[in-house]
Amino acid sequence: MTSVPASPATLVLEDGRTFAGRSYGAVGQTLGEAVFSTGMTGYQETLTDPSYHRQVVVMTAPHIGNTGVNDEDPESRRIWVAGYVVRDPARRHSNWRASRGLGEELAAQGVVGISGVDTRALTRHLRERGAMRVGIFSGDALADHAVLLERVRSAPQMAGADLAAEVSTTEPYTVPAIGEKKYTVAAIDLGIKGMTPQRMAERGIEVHVLPATTTPEQIYALDPDGVFFSNGPGDPATADHPVALMRGVLERSTPLFGICFGNQILGRALGFGTFKLKYGHRGINQPVKDRATGKVEVTAHNHGFAVDAPLNRVSDTPYGRAEVSHVCLNDDVVEGLRLLDRPAFSVQYHPEAAAGPHDAAYLFDRFVSLMEDQRA
Amino acid sequence: MPKRTDIQSVLVIGSGPIVIGQAAEFDYSGTQACRVLKAEGLRVVLVNSNPATIMTDPEIADATYVEPITPEFVEKIIAKERPDALLPTLGGQTALNTAISLFESGALERHGVELIGADVEAIRKGEDRQLFKEVVAAVNARIGHGESARSVICHTMDDVLAGVEGLGGFPVVVRPSFTMGGAGSGFAHDEEDLRRIAGQGLALSPTTEVLLEESILGWKEYELELMRDKHDNVVVVCSIENFDPMGVHTGDSITVAPAMTLTDREYQVLRDIGIEVIREVGVDTGGCNIQFAVDPEDGRVVVIEMNPRVSRSSALASKATGFPIAKIAAKLAIGYTLDEIPNDITEKTPASFEPSLDYVVVKVPRFAFEKFPGADPTLTTTMKSVGEAMAFGRNFTEAFNKALRSLEQKGSQFDFSRTTRGADECEALLRAAAVPTDGRVHTVMRAIRAGATQEQVFAATRIDPWFIDQLFLVNEVATEVADAERLEPELLRHAKRHGFSDAQIAEMRGLREDVVREVRHALDIRPVYKTVDTCAAEFAARTPYFYSSYEEETEVSPREKPAVIILGSGPNRIGQGIEFDYSCVHASFALSEAGYETVMVNCNPETVSTDYDTSDRLYFEPLTLEDVLEIVHAETLAGPVAGVVVQLGGQTPLGLAQALKDNGVPIVGTPPEAIHAAEDRGAFGRVLAEAGLPAPKYGTAFSYPEARDIAAGIGYPVMVRPSYVLGGRGMQIVYDEEALAAYLEQHAGLVADHPVLVDRFLDDAIEIDVDALYDGEELYLGGVMEHIEEAGIHSGDSACALPPMTLGGHDIKRLRASTEAIARGVGVRGLINIQFAMAGDILYVLEANPRASRTVPFTSKATAVPLAKAAARISLGATVAELRAEGMLPATGDGGTLPLDAPISVKEAVMPWSRFRDTHGRGVDTVLGPEMRSTGEVMGIDAVFGTAYAKSQAAAYGALPTKGRAFVSVANRDKRAMIFPARTLREHGFELLATSGTAEVLRRNGVEVTSVRKHNEGEGPNGEPTIVQLIHAGQVDLIVNTPYGTGGRLDGYDIRTAAVSRGVPCLTTVQALSAAVQGIDALARDEVGVRSLQEHAQHLNAARAQS
Repeated sequence: MTSVPASPATLVLEDGRTFAGRSYGAVGQTLGEAVFSTGMTGYQETLTDPSYHRQVVVMTAPHIGNTGVNDEDPESRRIWVAGYVVRDPARRHSNWRASRGLGEELAAQGVVGISGVDTRALTRHLRERGAMRVGIFSGDALADHAVLLERVRSAPQMAGADLAAEVSTTEPYTVPAIGEKKYTVAAIDLGIKGMTPQRMAERGIEVHVLPATTTPEQIYALDPDGVFFSNGPGDPATADHPVALMRGVLERSTPLFGICFGNQILGRALGFGTFKLKYGHRGINQPVKDRATGKVEVTAHNHGFAVDAPLNRVSDTPYGRAEVSHVCLNDDVVEGLRLLDRPAFSVQYHPEAAAGPHDAAYLFDRFVSLMEDQRA
Repeated sequence: MPKRTDIQSVLVIGSGPIVIGQAAEFDYSGTQACRVLKAEGLRVVLVNSNPATIMTDPEIADATYVEPITPEFVEKIIAKERPDALLPTLGGQTALNTAISLFESGALERHGVELIGADVEAIRKGEDRQLFKEVVAAVNARIGHGESARSVICHTMDDVLAGVEGLGGFPVVVRPSFTMGGAGSGFAHDEEDLRRIAGQGLALSPTTEVLLEESILGWKEYELELMRDKHDNVVVVCSIENFDPMGVHTGDSITVAPAMTLTDREYQVLRDIGIEVIREVGVDTGGCNIQFAVDPEDGRVVVIEMNPRVSRSSALASKATGFPIAKIAAKLAIGYTLDEIPNDITEKTPASFEPSLDYVVVKVPRFAFEKFPGADPTLTTTMKSVGEAMAFGRNFTEAFNKALRSLEQKGSQFDFSRTTRGADECEALLRAAAVPTDGRVHTVMRAIRAGATQEQVFAATRIDPWFIDQLFLVNEVATEVADAERLEPELLRHAKRHGFSDAQIAEMRGLREDVVREVRHALDIRPVYKTVDTCAAEFAARTPYFYSSYEEETEVSPREKPAVIILGSGPNRIGQGIEFDYSCVHASFALSEAGYETVMVNCNPETVSTDYDTSDRLYFEPLTLEDVLEIVHAETLAGPVAGVVVQLGGQTPLGLAQALKDNGVPIVGTPPEAIHAAEDRGAFGRVLAEAGLPAPKYGTAFSYPEARDIAAGIGYPVMVRPSYVLGGRGMQIVYDEEALAAYLEQHAGLVADHPVLVDRFLDDAIEIDVDALYDGEELYLGGVMEHIEEAGIHSGDSACALPPMTLGGHDIKRLRASTEAIARGVGVRGLINIQFAMAGDILYVLEANPRASRTVPFTSKATAVPLAKAAARISLGATVAELRAEGMLPATGDGGTLPLDAPISVKEAVMPWSRFRDTHGRGVDTVLGPEMRSTGEVMGIDAVFGTAYAKSQAAAYGALPTKGRAFVSVANRDKRAMIFPARTLREHGFELLATSGTAEVLRRNGVEVTSVRKHNEGEGPNGEPTIVQLIHAGQVDLIVNTPYGTGGRLDGYDIRTAAVSRGVPCLTTVQALSAAVQGIDALARDEVGVRSLQEHAQHLNAARAQS
């Protein structure tokens, strides 16, 4: 049948539930943690977001690939998702910026995917049972169900995974300020998205993106006005090095901003715990309230872990008083932390968007204000 | 911050009659708003002249005024009710314009009424093109995105001609300011076009203003629906992409949600612009709709327009996402913020989010060009569709194919049975597809099947290549199905996943539809039902709002209570509109109260029935046999099913009754056999004969000689029509043999397949409509309506009065006896509508419909009795006696025994003439006839007939004049009847104008009259103007012009079309003239007050109790 694409593929969840489909992208086998993303646009950004490292992403939007692939929208140098699950991949893309199709891009980068799956049923399953390990198999990788299930169950768990180093840059690089340079920021790359330094550069910040293994000495050699901790994959409970690094920054009261993984690290640095959400927040429609202004912003999320901090009172920490600055209105998850006595704050979600709404871009301005105040 | 405490009562303005561009969606939004406000403890005062709405049900508001939506009447209501606030953003352009008028006249300030939802400045910024351009420029200055199309504002034709030069020449877009649904706008490709379109636009615009704009034809078109609260929280509820590129009004476009061909970066640019626009315009609490054009070559974004109110697209977006925009707009207007309002569907998460869709929604328009033979069917920026259907699918092809079959029009699904091949055919098809018309997508599909490439289709149509590829995909699947040696299970499933119907597959395989279905069921290939949940399954949904898809997992949950499945009426069309939705919604309410689980099936996004709040379960599905059978199957698995209600949704469900029964589905109420007995002429003739009731003589002809002989036997005039039609399609009154021959010639194509019915036409008869309930034992006469126009005008187009004005007790007795005999003879259990004609002293039966009729809501409101609710209960076994005992029906008496001082209600039809032009830009003829062409109706209610009639006219067309110039020109047969009312007009101080023949008769009868030149006489030697020139010059205030027969280009054509374009009241029957004179009488005495339905009902019930 000409209108039925590609060869058969199978998706097997660790609890045994199986979905049949067709192969998409590369043919073969992939294993990872199954998570779903509800964004209706921005698949290119999602695929290249390092926070999705080792995750198999299920897209709830049924049509994927319609606008093809271009060279401007990736958030990093490569696709990071471990596997890709879609319902209806585009047969033909249409966009004035597109240079190639998504299917070929996935294949070229060796990303094993599956299409034609009842992604809604799969999403509901993950919602009810929680994120879990999964495998996608096509071509020679296909085998008896029991064999496939065994392969899925022997894959590593996400809880306890220390992955930042796997995605981080190995060499420092600089993103120059756009226009007049006003500030220098050291950005610790735990899986940073390209849009984050871009948003800073637009505000006159020269961004020095540094590897996850950076030492305090290397940071302060730059004489930064501020330090930034990026998003990234893995379990924050394993991120001992970044936590220690951040504590050093807090002690020196350098203006500090964290996003996503960076928020969890701030949580840990302050002495709060982190925990794994049942199925995480992944999408670009999440309502978050800024408790300082009472305003609600629609935000981009991609996190499977969250900080466990008291919502309704100020906490005392080794670095002074801290409060929960932002909260997700869907489920009261901590979405932001703020120190009252030192210039440090972080959010669990993505003010750099890409993909997603720009509602929270003001947070970069807040970071600038912190650095400005510090200078004054 | 919770709701405001300084507002205790709110006036909500509805949108009035259904017209093209402003339809049932405003009943949906207004109803939601009223309910919300009432639930918040506010006193809700409502004005809407449209009786066929749920919002005007007496339970929805505290005080419901079925009065004309004009500044004068609304001010009277304000003076009486003294509301604290006025909410004008939920009743379309009508409500917004009325609110602005009330503000400008100082009425709001005088009565201390605050405008909520949007203030005047915001409304102006959104609506005024120049101010809006400034808004867009300000936004661009702030965020660096978004611009307006280059344009120039013009107030005169000289401005217009100069303007085109400045824009760099043709083509240009012409848009009149402040008109509804884009009325009067269009593309001008040359100066002739320009003079015509701009001339008309200047006339149509209340501010004599048109905008000329650079052409952005062929760009991609998008819409965003946004909401903003008083804390400046903004959410984008939905993105919509038009399948048809720029150049076709969005109401006439195939539209898709969510947007399919935008990258995130591009989408976020639109979102940013949208948010900044709503801020800059200053919509503080509520919703708005913003339209964008995107250049497919480089992504340049032009902001086309915004509506600072709930719009048609908002209704669509609400249904497409499950996010109830109108309801939330009402809450925001009284002070809530988005984060304080829960999302109904999840119950746990707030409304301050943006819905995520895991399905595709496609809306397709439904047109009625066949009703307006001379009208130009090209689609432009003026909306011309009369309704729409929407469908969900898990992919575009599934949604699109479902939407097409939801249209329920012959040929609305892709036809894969024929293929024309060859370069010439392909070329011709592509050329045809280059012009947007109703059915263009079918032309495109034929071109694809004829061998067109994707590039060729794009070059011809500028439809986005992704959509074009989807059409190719549909064709590939079709070809595979057609060519396969065997219909293997995998292939069958594949076709179903792309939305192919059993009927389509059957046709391609040369099988019967039921055989395909049997095979499919044997293979267990059935749809599952997914939930519309606003959040792509991220959270559990509490609201059972379903659509079908050929997927793995169904979400229909089991239930205990017996379910009643109510079949809705599908897309609005002329002849089947909101009235039927009204009845379905009432059935749902009544049956829910009676302990059933109600399950609604419909595919019309404009309706209250497709609100997820209306029924216990909603299936947003096509109303075809296949789709309904699958729903019945799914619900049967979920729990007991008491039956399916087919009586209330008009002809659509009625037409499914027999087939459903044949498939073992229990039909409640009137059984299919009884439906057949009423619809089949032979069977119905036997019912009448047994009851001893006369029907006009008729015959069936297969050729002209046969027709001629039948007509000679019956005697002229006769009514002729093709035998299978609905809504009077192709129906004509012919007065002589010559006209009969011409008719048969003209309809030769139809006659070949179907015989022609020739009926005696009862000239000068009074036509009477009766709505009644019958339970098998007892008849409840719901109401008797006397038509104001004589027989021969479709009942849907004629004005009528209830109680009847000229019928006595004896007549009512005969009507009751006849109605009962027919109801019993046919076997009705529920509602029946019968049309009678009283000619001389004989009561003829014209036709009977064993279902809820178009007039049920009008009758219900006029008599304060919920007939549709009662009908639903009777369908499920209740008796009239039981319903009387319950209090749903009056304890004694019925609609035939209304007290003498009961209020008089007048229903008037609203016609869409001004929407249609022929290819030369001339208006279409406005003569009423046996073919229904009205889109909606209004009701005037008052203590006396004259006032009620005057109100109905004010509501439908604008107030009757009480002074000025009246032009009278009538057909010979009307001349005698015209003298008396003309004299009365003269006595009221009108100057009478008439053409020679009519003037002569009037003068002979002592009525002073001025002669004017006919149109065809041309201007006089000394520049004396013709009547048409006088009308165009605004010199005439009332026009009486009765036609001489029908068809062709008649003398009155130019008069009537001029009347339409100038908005001058135009009466086309002598009976309407008499009624108008009574109305003018009442207006002249300035005795016109306002009274709520609740007050009328109280009065009526008190009188009932006394009698």
